Amino acid sequence: MRAKSDPILRVENVTMRFGGLVAVNDLSFVAGRGDITALIGPNGAGKTTVFNCITGFYKPTVGRMALRHGNIDIDSHVEKLTDTSRDSLNGTGGSLFLLERMADFQVSARAKVARTFQNIRLFSGMTVLENLMVAQHNPLMVASNWTLGGLIGLKGFHNREKEAIETAKYWLEKTKLIDRADDPAGDLPYGDQRRLEIARAMCTGPVLLCLDEPAAGLNPKESLELNALLRSIRDDHGTSILLIEHDMSVVMQISDHVVVLDYGTKISDGTPEEVKNDPRVIAAYLGAEDETEVQEIEAEVGL
Amino acid sequence: MERTEKPVINWGQLFKDGVFAAIVAFGLFALMLGFKTDQTLNNEMVLVPRPMLLWSVVGLVFLARIAIGYWQASREGRIAPPKKATALWMLKAEKYGLPMVIGFLVAYPMFVLLTAGPQGAIKWIDNFGIQILIYIMLGWGLNIVVGLAGLLDLGYVAFYAVGAYSYALFATSEPIKDFLAQLIGEGFWQAWAFWICLPVAGILAAFWGVMLGFPVLRLRGDYLAIVTLAFGEIIRLVLINWVDFSNGYAGISSIPRPSFFGVPFNATDEGFSAKFGLEFSPIYRTIFLFYVILALALLTAAVSMRLRRLPVGRAWEALREDEIACRSLGINTVNTKLTAFAIGAMFGGFAGAFFAARQGFISPESFVFLESAQILAIVVLGGMGSLLGVVIASILLVGGVELLRELDFLKLYFGDGFDPAQYRMLIFGICMVLMMLWKPRGLISAREPTVFLKEKKIVSADHVKEGHG
Amino acid sequence: MEVFVQQLINGVTLGAVYGLIAIGYTMVFGIIGMVNFAHGDVFMISAFISLIVFMAITAVAGFSGGVVFLALLVALVVSMVITALYSWTIERIAYRKLRGSFRLAPLISAIGMSILLMNFVQVAQGARNKPIPPIMRDTINLFERNGFQVAISYKQVMIIAVTAILLAIFWYVVQKTPLGRAQRACEQDAKMAALLGINVDRTIAVTFVMGAALAAVAGTMFLTYYGVVVFSDGFVPGVKAFTAAVLGGIGSLPGAVLGGMLIGLIETFWSAYFSIDYKDVAAFSILAIVLIFMPQGLLGKPEVEKV
Repeated sequence: MRAKSDPILRVENVTMRFGGLVAVNDLSFVAGRGDITALIGPNGAGKTTVFNCITGFYKPTVGRMALRHGNIDIDSHVEKLTDTSRDSLNGTGGSLFLLERMADFQVSARAKVARTFQNIRLFSGMTVLENLMVAQHNPLMVASNWTLGGLIGLKGFHNREKEAIETAKYWLEKTKLIDRADDPAGDLPYGDQRRLEIARAMCTGPVLLCLDEPAAGLNPKESLELNALLRSIRDDHGTSILLIEHDMSVVMQISDHVVVLDYGTKISDGTPEEVKNDPRVIAAYLGAEDETEVQEIEAEVGL
Repeated sequence: MERTEKPVINWGQLFKDGVFAAIVAFGLFALMLGFKTDQTLNNEMVLVPRPMLLWSVVGLVFLARIAIGYWQASREGRIAPPKKATALWMLKAEKYGLPMVIGFLVAYPMFVLLTAGPQGAIKWIDNFGIQILIYIMLGWGLNIVVGLAGLLDLGYVAFYAVGAYSYALFATSEPIKDFLAQLIGEGFWQAWAFWICLPVAGILAAFWGVMLGFPVLRLRGDYLAIVTLAFGEIIRLVLINWVDFSNGYAGISSIPRPSFFGVPFNATDEGFSAKFGLEFSPIYRTIFLFYVILALALLTAAVSMRLRRLPVGRAWEALREDEIACRSLGINTVNTKLTAFAIGAMFGGFAGAFFAARQGFISPESFVFLESAQILAIVVLGGMGSLLGVVIASILLVGGVELLRELDFLKLYFGDGFDPAQYRMLIFGICMVLMMLWKPRGLISAREPTVFLKEKKIVSADHVKEGHG
Repeated sequence: MEVFVQQLINGVTLGAVYGLIAIGYTMVFGIIGMVNFAHGDVFMISAFISLIVFMAITAVAGFSGGVVFLALLVALVVSMVITALYSWTIERIAYRKLRGSFRLAPLISAIGMSILLMNFVQVAQGARNKPIPPIMRDTINLFERNGFQVAISYKQVMIIAVTAILLAIFWYVVQKTPLGRAQRACEQDAKMAALLGINVDRTIAVTFVMGAALAAVAGTMFLTYYGVVVFSDGFVPGVKAFTAAVLGGIGSLPGAVLGGMLIGLIETFWSAYFSIDYKDVAAFSILAIVLIFMPQGLLGKPEVEKV
């Protein structure tokens, strides 16, 4: 767990209200670079809302979310950046982004945070390969001289497009979808669609990958394969992962760090081992009211 | 097609349905067709009963209902051809059909000239050829906005109007003419106005596309359609009411006609016929106009085919599929939508400038909502995103309706008061409804991928989404 | 002040007509999420039916005060019934099969239907204006100041009264009867409503019928008020009524009436104080502005983007 030694994302006092409903309440946590950080909690705990805040789809009512590229020191720069009206800062060793100030597409384009969705959002009428090409829109757009060069058929764009196809092929092989590259995305079975969404997000070249319930609806074998894929993304590509997951076997096996939410509030934060033994977590999951009840339950399940 | 078992036809039920339909038809038409409101010579309103008409229509509905019921019953149990096969057929049609159609269009004026002679040919080249080509071009232009980007635009005619008025106003502008007369020479503007104004009209239309597109980007689906409709109407109403600017209802006349790159089409010694040693005839201008609009339309097609394979085109299609996913991938959806609006509008502007040049006269009457509806119907009927589909739909809708003007022989049956042209729009409306019932996704609905690894597989219409905004 | 009060009366009258049409748009949009583009033309047809019935009765029974009143009443009822039949048929033929298919298809079909209806009337009844002799010309003088008389005509009284009564009946049906409950259920979730035994097809058909009946009231009022109708009269009032529905918050019935009143008032005041030439521009501009800046309308529910 590298949350302290090498943070990539620092979420501070984030609160999100919808009218009178407080979906996320004063949430703070740090995700470490090269870690798989899992965000867990019962249904309706506000996990997806946190994701939507981080990826710019919602603007948090209050709070700050700082993401860094490279080795810029967050502590010494974040206040300075907050005082300006800008959303990012280039300093020694890297750059710092305030995600709450950025529009959704900029979070992906500039801060390099990619995401998947709980209810899969593929371009179902486009082929698998096309899905991955769309994900590389921004670099390809530059290579096509904002369409003008591409329109008259410049060589540079042609070469860059070939590179993009190579990147897509790499991720298709990695997700075992290469044989289905030319099929419409809507034709794929559910498990493949989940993996395609991850491949598509990876094609944007993210530093942080946010996965919203990637194992939902997968069978045990697919679930194991997913574990391997996520580990490889972390280990071979150095992409940090933020994960919402209900499947505890996935969470406990692959996460380096677990944050537990209940009714929008953080109730636990630590390594999987620490969280597993936290009485508040057990109470939240099993619905116990107070400490004594928790102890009774613990006794019952033999902890 | 095979059938699993012989369908059973329940004649009693068919008869009952027929009677029911006839009763409904009687209810609908008893007043509207049974009586005609007429004005007498002293301006009094009177009702003229038309029982024969009413009874024959009710009878027709009765028979039609039975026929439809029979047709439906006899189709029951048939196995539909597999979707993949249909999709493949569509790909082939697009691949081979489009070059064939283009080849036909290039040869069309010569063909008509040979078969109908110089006198008869003008009508066929102008009323059919040029008219249909204008709609093909408009359809291809709107296809970028509606078919690719999935943005439902019901006010496309506004850009057509912007193009037409830009050309008309610039070309008839006295100050520009005088200025250029001093600078380059008398007659220069008259001869070259079209070729100089054509790009200007396109740019102005694109500018208006961005202007009108910007505020409506957040809107989705039907709302977007209605706002674009409102914009189209506002532009038309301003053209009607701002008389100083546009000359109101009276419109703008004596708009210079396009020259053959500087050589005018007239009977003088400097004219096209004299220069090329031909006998003067208006047919040359018509043929030339045909090739100009053909070239413009093909430019539209070429650009939109090319754009589809560029990142911006893929982003349009992705936008049509899922806007939120687009944003999560770092695509600036505002810019992407605006480029679609601007490029679509630009081609509308080109077509408008051509229209003004061809007519020599324009007025707000040419830019009513019905035109927008017609263009949209062509795109949707053609199958969204399909270039060949737009061609077929234009020929069917515009050409078919135009053909009604030619049906003078019907007067022999229905009497001299019968004017087939009167039924044009009625039949057009019926066709729109029937076509949607028959093929809601259009004639060619399958989608061709823009890039592939091993083999190009066609995407059947079931997967392709229609966009939300 | 005097002009203001007079315009207020005129605006409310016009607003009643728009509100009645707007209900048809709003109900259909609420239940199947489609803009029933042909609704304006249904309204125009209803005015023609009223015209024919009115002419038939007065041709037979003369043109005395009592007969005129009775003729209008019969015209109203017949027009409501036949217009409802038109709307039912349109839904059955042009929309039902397309429900739940490709989203653009019903809209295109509706536009086609609008063109069809307009041109059907043109072919069947001719392209000329169809006037009726002036009726109910008497007015009630409310007050007079500075030589300007503020008056309300019997026509206006009748329009406002009939609108109010029918809205009350309609309101009762939608709010208090099983039919209204079924409609609201289909609005929320048609599939679930079907699973619970609600006949969705019939409920939707009834919605079209009710909307058309109210449009027929508007059509008869329109004919009485302006004394003339022409085949192309569906489009502009249709768009204005749709504007009213959107302004009030599409899907909301009180919103439709409120929106209708506002559009009627804006139009009359605009014509009175600014420029009559640009009154339609004003209506279309309001439509665009409302849709862009407050698409949920005045009384509608705001839509949250689901990620």
